[in-house]
Amino acid sequence: MFDFSIISSWLHGLLTGFMPEWAAILTESILVALVIITLYAIFAIVLIYMERKVCAFFQCRLGPMRVGPFGTLQVFSDVFKMLTKEIINLRGTDLFLHNLAPFLVVMASMITFACLPWNVGAQIIDFNVGIFFFLAVSSIGVVGILLAGWSSNNKYSLIGAMRSGAQIISYELSIGMTMLTMICLTGTMSFSEICQQQYAEGWNIFRGHLPAVIAFILYLIAGNAECNRGPFDLPESESELTAGYHTEYSGMHFGYYYLAEYMNLFICAGMATTVFLGGWAPLHIAGLEGFNGIMDYIPGAVWFIGKTLFVVFLLMWLRWTFPRLRIDQILSLEWKYLVPISMANLILMAIIVSNGLHF
Amino acid sequence: MTDIQDQTPAAGAQNQPQAAANAGKPAAPAAAAVKPAAKAQPEAPAQPAENQIEPRFVEPSALHAEMKRLRDEEKMDFLECLTGLDWQEEGLGVVYNLESTATGRRAYLKTATTDRENPLLPSVSDLWDIANIYEREVYDFYGIKFTGHPDMRRIYLREDWVGYPFRKDDDPLKENPLRMTNEPLADVTETLTLNADGTVTRGENRIFGDGDYVVNIGPQHPSTHGVLHFRVSLDGERIRKIDPVLGYIHRGIEKMNESLTYPQTLALTDRLDYLGAMQNRHALCMCIEKAMGLEVSDRVQVIRTIMDELQRIDSHILYFSCLCQDLGATTAFLYGFRDREKILDIFEETCGGRLILNYNTIGGVMADIHPNFQKRVKEFIPYMRKNLQEYHDIFTGNVIFQNRSKGVGVLTKEQCISFGCTGGTGRAAGWHNDVRKRMPYAAYDKVKFNEITRTEGDSFARYMVRMDEILESLNIIEQLIDNIPEGPFQAKTKPIIKVPAGTYYSAVEGSRGEFGVFLESKGDKSPYRLHYRATGLPLVAAMDTACRNSLIADLITIGGTLDYVVPDIDR
Repeated sequence: MFDFSIISSWLHGLLTGFMPEWAAILTESILVALVIITLYAIFAIVLIYMERKVCAFFQCRLGPMRVGPFGTLQVFSDVFKMLTKEIINLRGTDLFLHNLAPFLVVMASMITFACLPWNVGAQIIDFNVGIFFFLAVSSIGVVGILLAGWSSNNKYSLIGAMRSGAQIISYELSIGMTMLTMICLTGTMSFSEICQQQYAEGWNIFRGHLPAVIAFILYLIAGNAECNRGPFDLPESESELTAGYHTEYSGMHFGYYYLAEYMNLFICAGMATTVFLGGWAPLHIAGLEGFNGIMDYIPGAVWFIGKTLFVVFLLMWLRWTFPRLRIDQILSLEWKYLVPISMANLILMAIIVSNGLHF
Repeated sequence: MTDIQDQTPAAGAQNQPQAAANAGKPAAPAAAAVKPAAKAQPEAPAQPAENQIEPRFVEPSALHAEMKRLRDEEKMDFLECLTGLDWQEEGLGVVYNLESTATGRRAYLKTATTDRENPLLPSVSDLWDIANIYEREVYDFYGIKFTGHPDMRRIYLREDWVGYPFRKDDDPLKENPLRMTNEPLADVTETLTLNADGTVTRGENRIFGDGDYVVNIGPQHPSTHGVLHFRVSLDGERIRKIDPVLGYIHRGIEKMNESLTYPQTLALTDRLDYLGAMQNRHALCMCIEKAMGLEVSDRVQVIRTIMDELQRIDSHILYFSCLCQDLGATTAFLYGFRDREKILDIFEETCGGRLILNYNTIGGVMADIHPNFQKRVKEFIPYMRKNLQEYHDIFTGNVIFQNRSKGVGVLTKEQCISFGCTGGTGRAAGWHNDVRKRMPYAAYDKVKFNEITRTEGDSFARYMVRMDEILESLNIIEQLIDNIPEGPFQAKTKPIIKVPAGTYYSAVEGSRGEFGVFLESKGDKSPYRLHYRATGLPLVAAMDTACRNSLIADLITIGGTLDYVVPDIDR
């Protein structure tokens, strides 16, 4: 496999050649931050275009076709439109919190974005409690949503925010539980080690067989709910609350919510890829050395992005097929079904791992 | 307690012998007596027209007891239509159309008061739930106050409107300049109670108190299907009370009709319920034709029937689409629109229009069917049958939809009848109210079809009734499409159409219930009073009952499955 750390250590060597160590690290940090923000924007655009096209094909339509070939420039023009729009501050809103909220949401999603393992050695935030850190940071987003609802001085926003609070905090439980199930199998919380392990021993979803598949499905459901996407899009449920918590936002402040929604989808899928589908690890079939060798020629980043986009497609499929749940149904689904199942699943996984029944 | 009137309503009514005399005689000569100068009156047909009604006059003082007797003893449990009228010298009054859902017997009553300063009539809102909103409409247009009514507010016009525009002596333009202020919405309304000694007590009725958390759903809201405004009092996500605020697109169509000639009035019916344009116009044409004694050819009858059924399918597909959209299933929404296009294409070829069709005329239809019409319709029938299955696959069977609609917003049969919720809503509760079966018109007596009913009365039943009705409508079209008789598509009419003096009522089965036309003519070339029984108004009136103690999300489901169209409510 191509190891990205060759490039990063070469760059480090180059920089320390003519500047002190601290300056080199500072420069690298700034470079990495720029790369992250660029990637963030690029993937948001890719995802929005993908969503519009996928949704269009599900709905017997063509989707954007006019701007650029096959409408590829449509999203760019939408982004520029959004950038030029006025940010309107309404009377009666809590101005500071109102302006702060979108940044909290986008910040939480950017930090979690940085946790994703792109390739061997291409990992920005990586330490021994990686999953723990990821879960903690992703919870900041809900603060932004609650603040948005509260500070907007709008009843729709407030109801949307309360729904969102109830929903995200509930579903975090399932996410935590499924993650715990997988940590039980991997024995580590570090993303790079999880991927390395899967490269060596096979993807977790195959290694952990039954409990891992259950955990994968639970994670997809709960993760979808975490992203506030259909059929769990109650906080913004267009047909009930107009736009829920971001009703009163305009211009790029609305754009941040929009961006964060799509990137959370990507992050959710990326995390599913990392923990269940091997991250950057290529598909290996035991015994087929030639096949495995060919698979190894495909760079890890391609594997990672490909698998992530596949999971994204699954989630989009879900969204464009199902109607929206009701708030009491969403909460009873979580508390009456997902939480008990994930608890039982954790115990099942623990039994399997302690008895060495996994592959 | 305030004595606001020195004359009781009963004494007021005694001062109108002419109106009282009306009760016994046929309406036509009595009406002619009012307007002796009308020399150019068309000759009245030999026998009364088949849709002519002769309301029996009841003194206001005896009205409530008589109505109660009719409802309890003669089982007249369906208040079909309540129309306010201004008979000038004979006073301001109301015509009631009653029907017994058990026996199908019908009764027509009227009452009037000559007091124009402070007209008071007894309310029947305690007998039929729907009378509440109908009487508010009469109050709004004629200023008749109903004693015993809990909520005497204007309904369509602004609360600061001056005067009562439907009175023949009212000049709305004089005192109602364009107001640039927001419409005030009162939280407190007045109720009037008639005491035994004839005095009137004024009471207060509070709609929303200080402790209510009131959310405005509408007038601009994605799920109200138009500019409809619900003030919803919430307890958390639970609905405690709904107060519909109507009239955002009130155009005064009924008032406009009084100054238009009969052919001109037709143009406005398409703009009532735009998803029932064919049926609305059919009802008005039929009412005028029957009143004039004009025979329409069989060809026209069959074409009208096919068009009505196509329109019904169109409406039900849109119903499906919008319900899916409201519940967040956007893919199913577009499936519906894909198929609806086919019907609109068929309409466009023959009528030239897609939404505003302008097809029926008095005595026939505007143009003969397009040469492609039969071929296109025959292609459409199997296509639609196949795609209907697709709807069921993607949406009906979905567990989320089933959980969100079963047992949600139950309206029992009794409630449906009391609210006059005809159409699919009533049929979902087991009320056989299909006008096509009750009072067959056009070619409906020549075709075989089932009246779809269910018993649950919940949102899912309302949805399934519509889905099954699409199939029934396809069956009806299939039976007729190859058997369109030859004949003229337009009967010969006089250059100026005049309807003989009298009162007429005709109804058709609209896309969402009984669409009735109440016509009072004095023999002129324009109607004296033309009132439409809106199909959507009873549905909106029932919203509060259906939604109590449900969640906000249920309001969307219930509103979507009740299937009201706002221009039809506001008129």
